[in-house]
Amino acid sequence: MFYREAGQFKTSYKADQALFPILQDRVGLAVILITAFAVIPALANDFFLTSIMIPFLVFSLAAIGLNILTGFCGQLSLGTGAFMGVGAYAAYKLTSIFPDANVIVMVLLSGVFSAAIGAIFGLPSLRIKGLYLAVTTLAAQFFLEWCFIRIPWLYNYNASGAIEVPHREVFGIVATGAEATPLARYFIVLGITVLITFLMANVLRGRIGRSWMMIRDMDIAAELMGIRPLQTKLMAFAVSSYICGVAGAMMVFFWLNAAEPSSYSIRLSFQVLFMVILGGLGSLGGAFMGAAFIWILPVVLKFVPGLLGFDLAAETVEHATFMIIGALIIFFLIVEPHGFARLWQIAKQKLRVWPFPY
Amino acid sequence: MLYDIFIDPFVQMYQMPDFFLQVLWEGFVAGILYALIALGFVLIFKASGVFNFAQGIMVVFAGLTLVGLNENGVPAYLALILTIGVMGVLAYGVERVVMRPLVNQPEIILLMATIGLTYFLVGFGEFVFGGEPKQMITEQLGLPTGSTAFEIGDRGLVILQHIDIAAAVIAVLMVTALAIFFNKTRIGRALRAVADDHQAALSVGISLNQIWAIVWFAAGLVALATGIMWGARSDVSFALEIVAFKALPVLILGGFTSIPGAIVGGLIIGFGEKIGELYWGGLVGGGVESWLAYIIALIFLLFRPQGLFGERIIERI
Repeated sequence: MFYREAGQFKTSYKADQALFPILQDRVGLAVILITAFAVIPALANDFFLTSIMIPFLVFSLAAIGLNILTGFCGQLSLGTGAFMGVGAYAAYKLTSIFPDANVIVMVLLSGVFSAAIGAIFGLPSLRIKGLYLAVTTLAAQFFLEWCFIRIPWLYNYNASGAIEVPHREVFGIVATGAEATPLARYFIVLGITVLITFLMANVLRGRIGRSWMMIRDMDIAAELMGIRPLQTKLMAFAVSSYICGVAGAMMVFFWLNAAEPSSYSIRLSFQVLFMVILGGLGSLGGAFMGAAFIWILPVVLKFVPGLLGFDLAAETVEHATFMIIGALIIFFLIVEPHGFARLWQIAKQKLRVWPFPY
Repeated sequence: MLYDIFIDPFVQMYQMPDFFLQVLWEGFVAGILYALIALGFVLIFKASGVFNFAQGIMVVFAGLTLVGLNENGVPAYLALILTIGVMGVLAYGVERVVMRPLVNQPEIILLMATIGLTYFLVGFGEFVFGGEPKQMITEQLGLPTGSTAFEIGDRGLVILQHIDIAAAVIAVLMVTALAIFFNKTRIGRALRAVADDHQAALSVGISLNQIWAIVWFAAGLVALATGIMWGARSDVSFALEIVAFKALPVLILGGFTSIPGAIVGGLIIGFGEKIGELYWGGLVGGGVESWLAYIIALIFLLFRPQGLFGERIIERI
């Protein structure tokens, strides 16, 4: 009743091929974008922006990056954290080599380095498949982590071994460094995330995206039908790593302000993988839902005992959070192995036929 | 530079055979421990096709339970028996709560579920026993401590820790026991049948659920043995979890379904890592141990995608 395509006639190919052909989708998207760009900045306080919204957007972008590789091209990767790290270190080096350049451009450029590294580590994917590939991406994870520690050039020979984000202004507004306001950071992160998401939504429904999905569904059949596996897979690795790299650069530049090699450890890889799988493999919307679940839930859980009047030690809460998250992950996998994206589709179907059962 | 890479390490090996043998021994012991973790992976993968990421944390969990019980006043051997019981309960619980509802799902979903299990066990273990590293109760369990030094001709000494020798012996015993169990007993035959073909096994009346519970229990026992051995070498702590990742390249080398493969792979990785670190690691600033195993596995896979002893991959459309 509320969500129905009946009566929405398409009178041109252009309308038929639109990214969002259904009116309700367009309205819904507009509402979400208005909320993100106007309502949240107007209402939210600094804490909400810095510890929920900014990390949520950064992780969403990383999850989109991994989703392209794992969800759309079917190549399981456990090296996401390291690829994000490459982006962060590249952005750091770029801003220190070109101090006057626009920092947003530098963050977007840093993804290029991460894409190159990702493509190199994607080379084995031509011969190695499935879980074997997952383990080889661990090689990327541990090797790159080692590089972040052992190559002092990467962190400008800092004594601490960490990278610290310098003070930079974009169009007269402080964008990075300790003085940047959460609002400015939020807008930059939101802008980049929305831009890349729309770009990817279009790539994925085009020729490139379809060839990725063919490789995912059956690589030999795809090859027989004229998809070149090498180019296609490497492109998936490169695009995925580009997005992860940008997300990693945003993570340190607009959220953490400083990062050390352990920020980009295997735990980060797992976190992003969780987001992708719980959100739904092969779904851009799912990446956002997964990121929201995995990032926001622990933050909320931290405050639950306090609200209920219990006075628990911070450690106990942390341990309990781990347990609850683990249990919830298993629970959601059992209830809906295709992730939140599938739940959303089921909900849409229900809305479509409402008030009738089917 | 070329001299440093290709000649110098071998000259060193020749000139200091005692050091070289010591390195080999270290590699051997590390390899045995990797192999033990990999063994737990292989058991579960063979029987259920599940890539059990939680094996590493099961090692920690088993060790923690043992030490934690002992700290609370339970005698060492009783604690050992109780821990075996806990691993049994865990195996049954995992089969009932995680595996059974997820049967027939794609492997990545099952992998994810075991990572979820990892999170749960980390939280649970820390919740119950606290997050600090603990000392393994080596002496109470009657394991040998101390060390013996051997003379190599007249060119130096090699020192062997008794606990390492015990680890090697226990590993050999365990593999033998598993081999007998798999080949000579009724349940072992059922296990192999399930490993070959789930549906065919079901149709001749083998209970998959029962088999899975048994396999997880066996993996739990392997985890306990690994936990004791590893705990005796260093502390029992969650840092072990990262070391457990090393079992993955071992698996890759050996193939996911082969028990001998796990052993051989473990030894290759153990030797390769120690020798690489001590003779070549210095050239790039050290610390290569953290990734060398993965690179070895990666290069190896390029030539043999199914591992050393893995079944040949046949792809059909």
